[in-house]
This record gives sequence, structure tokens and C-alpha cells, in this order.
Amino acid sequence: MRVLTLIAALAMATPATAATERPAPRPDPAKGAAVFAKWCAPCHAPGMRHPGTAALAAKYNGQLPPELERRSDLTPDMVALYVRAGISLMAPFRKTEISDPQLADLGAYLSPRPHAKGARK
Amino acid sequence: MTTPPGLTAAVFDDALREIRAAVGDEWVFTTPADTALYRDAYSLFWDEPEERLASAAVAPATVEQVQAVTRACNARGVPLYPISTGRNLGYGGSAPAYSGSVVLDLKRMDRVIEVDERNGSCIVEPGVSYFDMYRHLQSRGSRLWIDVPDPGWGSMIGNALDFGGGYTANPYRNHFEAHCGMEVVLADGEILRTGMGALPGAQTWQQYRYGFGPYLDGLFKQSTLGITTKMGFWLFPQPEAYFTASINLPRYDDLPMLVDTIGELENANIFNGMPGISSPVLFRGGKNPLDFPEIPEGAEMDRLARETGLPCWSARLTFYGPEQVIRAQWAYAKSRFPTASFTEHALVKLPLSPADMERIHKPSFGIPSLEMFAMGARSAHNPNPTDGHFWFSPIIPRTGEGFIAANRIIRQTCQRLDIPVLLFSPPVSSWWRAFILVMAIPVHKDPARNQHLRAAVKELIRVCADHGWGEYRTAPAFHDAVMDTYSYNNHIVRRVNERIKDALDPNGILSVGRYGVWPKRLREQGGRK
Repeated sequence: MRVLTLIAALAMATPATAATERPAPRPDPAKGAAVFAKWCAPCHAPGMRHPGTAALAAKYNGQLPPELERRSDLTPDMVALYVRAGISLMAPFRKTEISDPQLADLGAYLSPRPHAKGARK
Repeated sequence: MTTPPGLTAAVFDDALREIRAAVGDEWVFTTPADTALYRDAYSLFWDEPEERLASAAVAPATVEQVQAVTRACNARGVPLYPISTGRNLGYGGSAPAYSGSVVLDLKRMDRVIEVDERNGSCIVEPGVSYFDMYRHLQSRGSRLWIDVPDPGWGSMIGNALDFGGGYTANPYRNHFEAHCGMEVVLADGEILRTGMGALPGAQTWQQYRYGFGPYLDGLFKQSTLGITTKMGFWLFPQPEAYFTASINLPRYDDLPMLVDTIGELENANIFNGMPGISSPVLFRGGKNPLDFPEIPEGAEMDRLARETGLPCWSARLTFYGPEQVIRAQWAYAKSRFPTASFTEHALVKLPLSPADMERIHKPSFGIPSLEMFAMGARSAHNPNPTDGHFWFSPIIPRTGEGFIAANRIIRQTCQRLDIPVLLFSPPVSSWWRAFILVMAIPVHKDPARNQHLRAAVKELIRVCADHGWGEYRTAPAFHDAVMDTYSYNNHIVRRVNERIKDALDPNGILSVGRYGVWPKRLREQGGRK
């Protein structure tokens, strides 16, 4: 239930902000890489000593890569959902940790970008 | 948006208007989606009416903004709950201890004010995490180490104030004891600097902790009395080498002598790292070293030791220092155990090589990590992950007899009360001269399980108190229950805390209910749980 509320809140937040504030800058995957390195890599970097990577390896059992940076199925909305709602042991991240623009950058970094294939590790 | 208890919506709106003027609209959070980010993800009240929820959150960037927010709240009786990085998971996370409080989120105050290489010290703001400080020191090629707790995303200040500990040498691994000098905003918005910080022009704020007159810093440990906006810490000059070795003793009856002697060696500074006690015979076959089983009767343990050829007990000593000194210290330590056998591990030269980095326990080298979150997470061996955990950590006597008694009684009580355990430690020596027994208990977002757990853990707290074992720190669900056990002379500790609270924070706005200290207006309303 809370997840659905959050999706609705996220969906509503973007147009409202765009209508009343200056246009949001285009999400920047390079900045998103820095967000990933600071906030996500301690759990999601390659290697089974990273608990997020180990958990996803057990969850997907080879059907998907355990490292988020190797996934090709993530979208900015999925990234936003897990960052803001958390999952299992992963607590949500507040806006004072990852701001909404940084979250958009992170979403751009972790989403497939066909024009930039191979640019990401 | 909810309104704090006892306030009208108009008064709360007026407070928020003044707060917005001070910190900017962008950093005042009042929508349900935003305040939900301040829920304690590991709450023992998840989705129950008693869950402690923020009415709003505000994130200042400067001490002047903290003062303005505090004054706005103090003038109107708005409860204000400071958090630093908000990652005190297992002890309340980013949620207030009293529902309806405005959370004062200090994460944006993330400046490293100073690193003094000659003095081996730093001054930081509350938003500086261990990861932040490690990166800062690495980027400037510092020769200084921080001491880190298991989760590296915590705040240096927040962890020290909540009495967290780490793994390197004494005294650095006691994070509160490693601090020197504080800056605190009081409930009326005034700024206090402790120690030599009180003397204008002093260049010794991070050299002498005590200043003149009563030592005030202790008032802000696990406190409701102020908002710490700066704190100095002593940092550990990177040692030349790291070495661990174990002393193995064959018989059940050897434990009291083993604990007494390593205590004497530690008190005499023969070794400076954290000692550890284990039992090769009980952990035979590669059992999880952090799941200490119930210790059997002496005859049974001696029989197991004879049959397996394994020692009943081992004590691991850890040394940080020059190799030559460590070799001499270890030689002396060995001479104190004529009946023991010894196991020596490779001496690690510092700085670490890339290969070392892949195999070491990072916090033992002052390197932040989140690896401990593997505990309870989904893995090849655990298909059903938890939703979190909390910690139960009584201080027990630093004796062999004391550890055996606590191990058995707490294990048996957990079994009797159906308390699941993720981690059950050997005696832990984060703090010099003390043993703690540390347990991690899993949490799920399931009200029925949590209700059972809350009642059971309150009973465990009582059982421990009956034996003289008291928790050093606990989750908000148990703040009052633990404070109740510190009851000498009709709860004089709590009553003195309340007198100080009423004097320094007469409107009772700061950190309401934290660590079982309630302001006068809520004591009179029976607010204490």
C-alpha cells in the first residue's frame, strides 16, 4: 500500500515542480555515476562481500546480474521507488542524502541508454 | 500533515512559517511522502498506532539556522528531534522517540571544519559520516586513521553521542571517549562550547577536554539537552603494523584466569587492540563465530575438549604499533600463560596492500564498510531476509564466571520467551575495562510478531536487571524499560536527569522521551510510557 502511495506521490511531484519552478535540468548519467559511487556502491559494488550484491545474486539466481550497474531492465521510476521506499534491510534514503535531482541523475545512470552502450561498466 | 500533540494547527503553522524563513522552503518537509522518509525502517512499531512518526522535518545548513529553528520551536513548545545522518538503524533510525516531533535533520551540515595532522585531531559537523571522513583523509594523503563502527554511513558525532564503538586501538574505539570539545545549541538557541572552547582565543580545544569546573560533555551523551553542532575527535596515527595472536587453554576451569590475565595485560597497555574470547571446541566445524552457543556444564565441555583435542577457550589479542614493539609485547604476553598453546596470525604491515584490502575486516583498520548488513540479508544460505534488526547489549562483569552466567541465562531466557537471535556475541570489549554481550534480534514489518517481541524483550530486560546486567543503549521501544532498571535510590539517576532537563529545557522541546527522560509537562500528563 505504501509503495503504491509513493508511486502516486512521485508521479505527481514531477509535473507540479515543473509547472511552478524553473524547468528541471536534464538528468545527467555522469552525475548519477557519482551518486552511485557515494551512496549505492558500499552495498551494490561487484563482489559478494557487498550485501546488496549478495542479496540480489541469491534473489535472481543467475536470471539477472547481481550488480545494479550491469542490469539492463532498470528504469528511473524503479530506481526512485527502491531509493525512496527501501526494500528488505535497505532503509530508504532521504532527500537530504539523495536529492530529487540527484535521484533523477541516478535513474539516468542505471537505466539502459542504447546510444551509450558500453559507456557504463 | 499531522500536528504535534498539544499544539493547535495555527500555532504549528506559525512555527513552520518562521522555520521556512530561516532555512528556505526547500528544506522544510511536510508532505506525507516526505515525512514518510523519516520513518524508522527497523521500527518495532511498524504500522501500529504507537509507531513514532515525524510531523515534519527541517534540514538546516548552518549553526545559525539551527539556532533559528530551535528558537521558533522553543517559543511555541514544538517538540524537536535532532538526527545527524539518520542511520542509527537498530536504535531508532531517523524517526523521533516521541510521535509528532519535528525531526531536525542535520545531514546537510557535513563540513569537515579542520584536520590537524600535528595534533592528530579533527573538528566535524554532525552530517559528516565515517565514509565522508575516510574519503576526506584519503584525498589529502593524511597519515591519520578514524575509528569506525560496523556501518560506515553513520555520523561521527551521532555515533559518539549514542555511545557507539569500533575496533581499533584503545581509546579511539570508544567514540565518545575519543572526542575532545563540543559545540552545542541549547533549547533556548544559545551556543555552548565545552572544555577549552569556552576560553576565547584558546588554541587547545582539541587538546584538553576538561576546561574549568564541572565537565559538562557527559550531559550530551544519549541526551535530551542540546543539539551538538560541532565536535572534536582525536584521530589514530596510522601504526606501522597490525598483529593478532591467540592464547589457547585446554580446560573449562581456565576461563576465569584467562579473562583476569588478559584484563591485567590490557590495563597495563601490553596490548592496545580489542581482545576477543572464543571457544575452539564449541565452534568446531566452522560454526558462525558470532553465534556463541549456550556454554555446557564444565564436565561436558572438558569431555568434548578431550574427544576433539580442541582447547576449551582461546583469547585473541590485537596489537597496533611498531613491529619491534609488538614482537616484544607478544613475547611478554605469552610468558604469562605457561600452560597455554598459541596461534599466531600473519603480521600486517601498513598501509594495506590492495590484496590485503580484499581479505581484511575493514573496521579493524579504520576503513568504513556496510558489510555487516549481510547479517539477516538474503543470501545463498538465507532465502528469507529480515526487514531489519535491533540490538540488545547488556554490560556484564569482566570475569570468566560473569560471562558464563550471562551466556547461559540470556540464551535460556531467549529460548523460553521465543526471542529469535541473529547474532549472539562472545564478551565484547569495545570499551576499556568492560564486557558487553551483544545480541542482534531480527525485526519484520509484522505487527503480531513485533508485539510478541516487545513484550518478550521487556521481560528479558527485567531478567538481566535481576542479575545486575544493564543495557548500555537500546532501541526507542525500550528506552523507558531500560531506564526503569537503573533504579538505585528510588530512580535517582532518572530524577536528576529530569531536574537537569527541566532547568535547561523548561519547555521540554528537545528529543522528548529519548533514553527515558521526559520533560515536566509530559511527566505530569503521564506521558512516560
